[in-house]
Amino acid sequence: MRDRTYGTPLPGMLDENLPGKLIVIEGADGSGRTTEAERLKEALEIEGHSIVDTGLRRSTLVSERIDLAKQGHTLAATTMALLYATDFADQLENKIIPALAGGSTVLADRYIYTLTARAVVRGASRQWAQQLYGFALRPDLTIFLDARPEILMHRAISKYGSLDYWESGMDLSISPDRFESFLEYQARLRREFGWMVEVYGFSVVDANRHPDLVHEDVLKRVLPLYTSPKRRRSFPPPTSRPGPSTASA
Amino acid sequence: MADPAAPPRGYPGRLIVLEGLDGSGKSTQARLLGKWLAARGYRVFLTEWNSSDLVSDTIRRGKKRGLLTPTTFSLLHATDFADRFERQILPPLRAGYVVVCDRYSFTAFARDSARGCAPAWVRNIYQFAPRPDRTYYFRVPVAVTFRRKQASRMKISYYEAGMDLGLADNVEDSYKLFQARLKQEYDRMSDTDGFTVIDAKGTVEEIQQQLREDLRPVLDGFPTGERLQHEG
Repeated sequence: MRDRTYGTPLPGMLDENLPGKLIVIEGADGSGRTTEAERLKEALEIEGHSIVDTGLRRSTLVSERIDLAKQGHTLAATTMALLYATDFADQLENKIIPALAGGSTVLADRYIYTLTARAVVRGASRQWAQQLYGFALRPDLTIFLDARPEILMHRAISKYGSLDYWESGMDLSISPDRFESFLEYQARLRREFGWMVEVYGFSVVDANRHPDLVHEDVLKRVLPLYTSPKRRRSFPPPTSRPGPSTASA
Repeated sequence: MADPAAPPRGYPGRLIVLEGLDGSGKSTQARLLGKWLAARGYRVFLTEWNSSDLVSDTIRRGKKRGLLTPTTFSLLHATDFADRFERQILPPLRAGYVVVCDRYSFTAFARDSARGCAPAWVRNIYQFAPRPDRTYYFRVPVAVTFRRKQASRMKISYYEAGMDLGLADNVEDSYKLFQARLKQEYDRMSDTDGFTVIDAKGTVEEIQQQLREDLRPVLDGFPTGERLQHEG
């Protein structure tokens, strides 16, 4: 079990056998992530697989707290990062691991990578965030839906008519202009995903394209997980300490 | 790790920490220290572990419903501490106050390690907490704190007794075993984290005198509130 996490064992869950598969879909809002997660779930269920879906901010323990804090805009960066980490840990232990132990496929609509990117963009060091999430299970496959900030902006405007406060990173005081802030914030997040692609071994899918094409690509990468049950994705060795610190960045 | 004797300061204030088991006498001493410092004209801020309302009721809720694991327990307390640190502890430090903390990150190191969390992982989380100018460790045998606990007639709580670890069936036995583990963690940190060990078997007066004596050099040349607010 130890090598199933990113280095830090989860106390009390060391010996569990986890036959299920963990598939993560990452990407910004507007990358088509949630749509694709739904389509993928549908496709896998048609194939006969049991799917448990999960996402961020859905834990019974602290999700309301996070909503409350976001309304008040009161929490500082470190506190917010830790609150999200608590929420994630709760879901990991009370939902993801039990589902994997029961042989289901867990389909995660975002995972520790979004949380890491958000924390680092707000001033945390990469090393701190990576170690914080050291207890997370390594997914069998992480799909990263990569889309340019301009595309994300057009999709947000056409869908909601405006840009969301948090998705524009307005709390960072990048610019009083929401469009400018949005583009810069999304560019910074994308940079963070950039270094994680290699460190965590993401499978990158070009999400600037039509959702049908994206779905086709995603299926091509997911289905092989089921055809060769013995073969696991190769992970970076658990001892490696990848990624430079961003303390100076 | 940096030299424990030389606290790096990104702020003009002073940070004084009292650590130790429940019933080791910390809180009484913290209060008396606060009185003394205020009487000498310093701006003082006293704070206790686990007092922010942001997540303390989540912790309570989680405890009640048995949702907490060592990892979420650790992270919730870290969140709570980070919130207090950023909103309550850091501002007075930056404004040049003397901040007295009844428990600090070391409480988390002891508790989380005793619950089986990886010590390096816990330490990393608390990187934002600066090293105190002084950390007083109130060292006392578990048997003594247990007697004090009984005499106070306060009920031993589930997590205080470490009942979640399944060390013993009844609360009292579990409490003693768990507190012994915590003491072991504190003893270990005495060296690595440069604690000033206080023999907590002494009288309240003796210990208070000892603390005041020890703090004089820390406060040497430190400005009082008057000098912070008025020139000349």
